[in-house]
Amino acid sequence: MRMPKSSDQATELGAKGSLIKKIQLQLRQVPLLGWLAGGMVAVLLEVTLGYPLARGLGLSGIPGLFGLRLILTKPIQTPAGLVYVFLVYLLPTVVVALLTAPFANRLAKLLLERFPIWISLFIHLGLLYGIFHLWGSANDYRVLLLSFIFVAIILTLSLNLINGYMGEFSCSHPGFMAIGAYATSTLTVLLFVNDDLFGAALLPEFLGPFMFPICLFGGGVAASIGALVVAIPSFRTRGDYLAIISLAFTFIVKSLIENLEVIGGPRGFMNQPRYANLFVVFVWMVICVWVIYNFTRSTMGKAANAVRDNETAADAMTINTRKAKMTTFLFAAFWAGVAGGLFAHIIGYINPSTFGIFKLSEVLAMVYLGGLNSLIGSIAGAVGLQLLMEILRPLAMLKWIVIPVLLIIVMIRRPAGLISFTEIKVENLLKSRQKKSSQEGR
Amino acid sequence: MTLIDFFRHFTNAMQWGSFYALIALGYSMVYGILMLFNFAHGDIFMVGAYIGMFISTGLVALSSSGIMPMPGWMILILTIVTCMILTSFVGMLVERVAYRPLRGAPRASAAITGLMVGIILETGNLALLGAQRRKFPVFIEKHTYDIGGVMVTNTKFLIIFLSILLMIALHLFIRKTKWGMAMRAMAYDFVVVPLMGVPINTIAAMTFAIGSALAAAAGIFFGIAYPVLEPYMGMMIGWKAFVAAILGGRGSVLGAALAGFLLGFIEIFVAAIFPSTLRDLIAYSIILLILTFRPHGFFGEAYSARLRL
Repeated sequence: MRMPKSSDQATELGAKGSLIKKIQLQLRQVPLLGWLAGGMVAVLLEVTLGYPLARGLGLSGIPGLFGLRLILTKPIQTPAGLVYVFLVYLLPTVVVALLTAPFANRLAKLLLERFPIWISLFIHLGLLYGIFHLWGSANDYRVLLLSFIFVAIILTLSLNLINGYMGEFSCSHPGFMAIGAYATSTLTVLLFVNDDLFGAALLPEFLGPFMFPICLFGGGVAASIGALVVAIPSFRTRGDYLAIISLAFTFIVKSLIENLEVIGGPRGFMNQPRYANLFVVFVWMVICVWVIYNFTRSTMGKAANAVRDNETAADAMTINTRKAKMTTFLFAAFWAGVAGGLFAHIIGYINPSTFGIFKLSEVLAMVYLGGLNSLIGSIAGAVGLQLLMEILRPLAMLKWIVIPVLLIIVMIRRPAGLISFTEIKVENLLKSRQKKSSQEGR
Repeated sequence: MTLIDFFRHFTNAMQWGSFYALIALGYSMVYGILMLFNFAHGDIFMVGAYIGMFISTGLVALSSSGIMPMPGWMILILTIVTCMILTSFVGMLVERVAYRPLRGAPRASAAITGLMVGIILETGNLALLGAQRRKFPVFIEKHTYDIGGVMVTNTKFLIIFLSILLMIALHLFIRKTKWGMAMRAMAYDFVVVPLMGVPINTIAAMTFAIGSALAAAAGIFFGIAYPVLEPYMGMMIGWKAFVAAILGGRGSVLGAALAGFLLGFIEIFVAAIFPSTLRDLIAYSIILLILTFRPHGFFGEAYSARLRL
């Protein structure tokens, strides 16, 4: 909605002249499809020419994270890293995006107007996954990082449902995640792995990857059932008391797992088959974003918002507040459980102490950094914090001073998070950005 | 469980509960006035314990080197007083940096900054002093008394006695002094009361200072009872004291103290009766049940439209 207006302003400014303004104006007209095409070319370039180029620039290999980690590990190589990033990512992306813009605009318009929206969406997501896949093919480190980022997105979105959309302060997410992780792992190990813990596999191993979604679903449902413990008291209380109930829930789950020798107790649970490869995690992340996007726009999502703003008034307006609370809690817990299940099958080992206070701080930080009541904010928060933690990893311990300080500054400057209370519409993202069409569009 | 066992656990629970109670008081007071929780409080307890450790080590060295010989009780009093004063400055600093800029913001944001300040304190300690555990010096001779078969050490008595003394002092301060009256007024309504000329910033800073001083005292007592300190010691005990503060009813000082003791009792007796690995499980299940049936704690007001979120 805001896009046409700002591009109009840019036209007025751009008409006056300077080259940068002209390029800016041009860039504004590049649709998402164009950017994705540009990104695709960039990663293709890296896959084919990246290594020789990096060697030629004097780097020891392809920079793992856009050269950002070099700043802290090998400062001397930073300029070379910057040149690499410019040559491989920035320049091709921008050039291709600009060159294909007219064509991409027409294609985007065509796709949106002639076909159902999901075809356009599908093409965009396919391109996006292609970029991730090729980018990750350079080394395993990137694949792991991407997988963790996707899991973090699922977690953050689902916590945002409770803390942002429904306005509670829930501390129970590590607990939900633990339940999901352990339930899914139990299912997969029981069914498909010859293991000391549960004996021989019950089903042939080749079925595993196909049954994995069902196991994940089971993990999510288990987490939802666990969430009843928090959801039922939420009928009678909210705010701080609910925060404590959810915190106690996290402690209880952790302690329960530590005491269950069947699933490894405090030693942890291992031997999960690595079913959660990048594609699987990506698909689950997309499904999660899509479902939560629809949830927040549904009457139930609006009911959760009403409960947040004024529960009594919502009740008076015939909203079934109990149903809204119950649904939101169980729904969010389901996704947290799925995230836990994916997490367990990415690294193939879980341990009760993973799901403790630190995890809680991390998830809360991602939600509040990104912004309450906003899907795009949650995604930004999850990606931002995970990347930040990776970039600052060379600092070792000091990382945990730098990140909190940054977060405090963000909280003081923008108390509701970076991108809070904004709604995006998928159509607006996918649509053509050409000035003409955007004007006639709205 | 025999009667002797009961009394043995009883003294342990009183000691353990007094740590929780002293820390929970800090949470509760800050809550009463600013309606937000100071999640860095557990780490202020840790800072207090470390400051106390350094002061008492210095004093013990000073005393044993013969420059200024001091009896154990004098070291204790000097340590407690200086440590409480120093830690209260830490508390005021936290308030100034992390809470004052966020006073009008959503409460959850302040909770996040509190969490982050806690992480900074932990990591800062780790970075400055290294990961090795520190030993709290022993400056009070431990005597064990045998009272009808129950073995009790003098430090345990001392800790319980001093904790209760501090709580009574706090109670008198809040009830009998002008500043205490200002605090109560602020807790009653912090929109209108500042208009009556009560300085909100001073009161808030004072609340943080008092809460931190109490946490520092708890840190010293903890160091005397369990003389091994490590940077993450405040995390778990802080969260548990937070649970106690809520259990007592938010903003209720008496409730926080009682709930602190109750939590200590639950934990010690659960560990005494059941296998000790089940301690957290059963203790928190009990708390969950209490809060399910009494959702606003022991002394808290029922949740109402006044609750700002």
